[in-house]
Amino acid sequence: MQRMWTFIHKLGSPPWFFAFSGTLVRWLLPVTVLLLALGACWGLLVAPPDFRQGNSYRIIYIHVPAAVVALAGYYVMAIAGAISLIWRIKMADVAMRAAAPVGAVLTGIALVTGAIWGKPTWGAWWVWDARITSMLILFFLYLGVVALFEAYENKAAAAKACAVLTLVGTVNIPIIYKSVDWWYSLHQPASLKFTGESAIDASMLYPLLVMIAAFYLLFAVSVLLYMRAELVWQHRNASWLRQRLGTS
Amino acid sequence: MALLAAAEVAIERGERRLLHGVNLSVDSGQVWQVLGANGVGKSSLLRALAGLARLGVEGSISRFEPLLYLAHAPAIKGALSPFENLRCHPACDIISTRAQIELALQAVQLRGFEDQPVGSLSAGQQRRVALARLLLSDARLWLLDEPFTALDRSGCEWLEECVRRHVGAGGAVIFTSHQPSRFGELQQDLDLAHYAVS
Amino acid sequence: MLSADRPHLSLLAAFGRQFRRHGQALMASLAEVANPLLFFFMVVTLFPLGLGPDPTQLAAMAPGVLWVVALLASLMVSARMFASDFEDGSLEQMALAAHPLAVLALGEVVAHWLATGFLLALVSPLFALMLGLPSQGLGVLVVSLLLGTLCLTLIGAVGSALTVSIRRGGLLLSLLIIPLNVPVLIFGTAAVTEAVRGGDPSTWLALMGALAAGMLALVPLAVGAALRISLDS
Repeated sequence: MQRMWTFIHKLGSPPWFFAFSGTLVRWLLPVTVLLLALGACWGLLVAPPDFRQGNSYRIIYIHVPAAVVALAGYYVMAIAGAISLIWRIKMADVAMRAAAPVGAVLTGIALVTGAIWGKPTWGAWWVWDARITSMLILFFLYLGVVALFEAYENKAAAAKACAVLTLVGTVNIPIIYKSVDWWYSLHQPASLKFTGESAIDASMLYPLLVMIAAFYLLFAVSVLLYMRAELVWQHRNASWLRQRLGTS
Repeated sequence: MALLAAAEVAIERGERRLLHGVNLSVDSGQVWQVLGANGVGKSSLLRALAGLARLGVEGSISRFEPLLYLAHAPAIKGALSPFENLRCHPACDIISTRAQIELALQAVQLRGFEDQPVGSLSAGQQRRVALARLLLSDARLWLLDEPFTALDRSGCEWLEECVRRHVGAGGAVIFTSHQPSRFGELQQDLDLAHYAVS
Repeated sequence: MLSADRPHLSLLAAFGRQFRRHGQALMASLAEVANPLLFFFMVVTLFPLGLGPDPTQLAAMAPGVLWVVALLASLMVSARMFASDFEDGSLEQMALAAHPLAVLALGEVVAHWLATGFLLALVSPLFALMLGLPSQGLGVLVVSLLLGTLCLTLIGAVGSALTVSIRRGGLLLSLLIIPLNVPVLIFGTAAVTEAVRGGDPSTWLALMGALAAGMLALVPLAVGAALRISLDS
């Protein structure tokens, strides 16, 4: 317990975090690239084609991981926001600030790949499917956080405001998802059915799991890199940073 | 007894540090005037002392609550009458009777204006409505940001008298003003030029 | 010193006082109260012009149209919810009060809702008739709007509290609160549609009631925190 607390306290110190995250990124980045390459090759080349959709289903190897991690990213942001509000740890502010644009991009990827997948599957670029609609709302939630942060001139206040907004959003997300589900089942046209939903064969599932793991790592690495960039900017005049970067 | 104690207070605005190393202990019976050029951080310091500003404020500040803080923006609704404004003032948590409020309005020479909208009064009269709050509060510590602005001579004299009476009864006042030494011997100065970060 | 022995306000009285103060200030300007109703009226007029006058088509779309317009009207008025209090210094004084800022802010929010959403719900049957909403849906429309506008106002209060210190925060406010308003819109239209079909809308109304109750409990805390941040920026 004691060791955990000292670890958390260390995380709150910018010089220590800068060094720690540097080591972390050095290890995580190659693993991420490796997993991405492995999952992509496995999913795109090795896995068998779907008996109904042929090869077009293979976009799930991008679409599904992006969607899964995008949603998880919002919770990461909310946890960082709560830490920032309760314990006033500045690194939590930076983490939340970093997670927002990364999450927004992932949500954007999920939406675009969803649309591309929709064309051969449903014959339309955009279908008001429950999952796509929820994803779109998540996209707006992310954009709201990014825009709110940019709108404040005082960045310390901006981080606190975004923390409150993400916490409100987090409480709302399950309600939004559930309500969109109900909305969809109310209006569901009989011809549209989500494919690839019920039983997925192991030969298709394993590469998907690899890709999901790779996307989680990609998210972590991106957030860490973003945080490091933010730290460099915030402490551009600090002596510890100059020493570490070898500039004078 | 100290009504307010500030130790090693530093204030940042945006990314710029305005003040550092401010130490202040205010006892009952004291009047403090915060001095300094425009933009040095007088209002920021007062907001920090009141507890409204926390981000960008370092050091420790302890205060005796409730306190009364009078800002540039006087928290007066133009659509309401002076009477309603004072009775429903958001920071005041004691209940005053109609007679007590009328007495306070009389003291600031607003007798006869009790029930017309504040928006139709002059700037100086609106200021007087805000100042009438001093008579209706039980706060011991007053933080007044530029209280003499927009007041005529009789208004200034009334306010000086009001402050003297408050500290005479065991209260304390911190105020900002450009005019030096309003209260002569009675007051002490906090010149922010000594604490400004160059 | 004059007043050391006077009685202190209870929490409920502080809530009531803030409610009255905000309500009186709102009532003093007729425009603040009339604007959302006028907006509602005008936007409802646009739909037949855009979609054509076919009564069956309009009636089919009426629940959704009425609810979307109500949402937009509430969005429009939310932007100003705390603006005047921020500008005239009332918010600072509320933050310094002995009572929790969340409770005082809730007083203002409730006053705001009565002057906007509540009135809008009461007059909504008029607009519903103009769009040809079948009469069995009218009662449910009013009830759903009463509960729903309360939710919309509470969410709007969070958005308003977060953006009150930002210049030109209006557009940002829409981005912040439209996604959060989605469940209210879905429950509201579903209830009215169900009633028009002759079904039982009570599930949807119950969901909306639960949402309103939950928000009444939690939202003031977020509003209080957001207002303090806005004062400190």
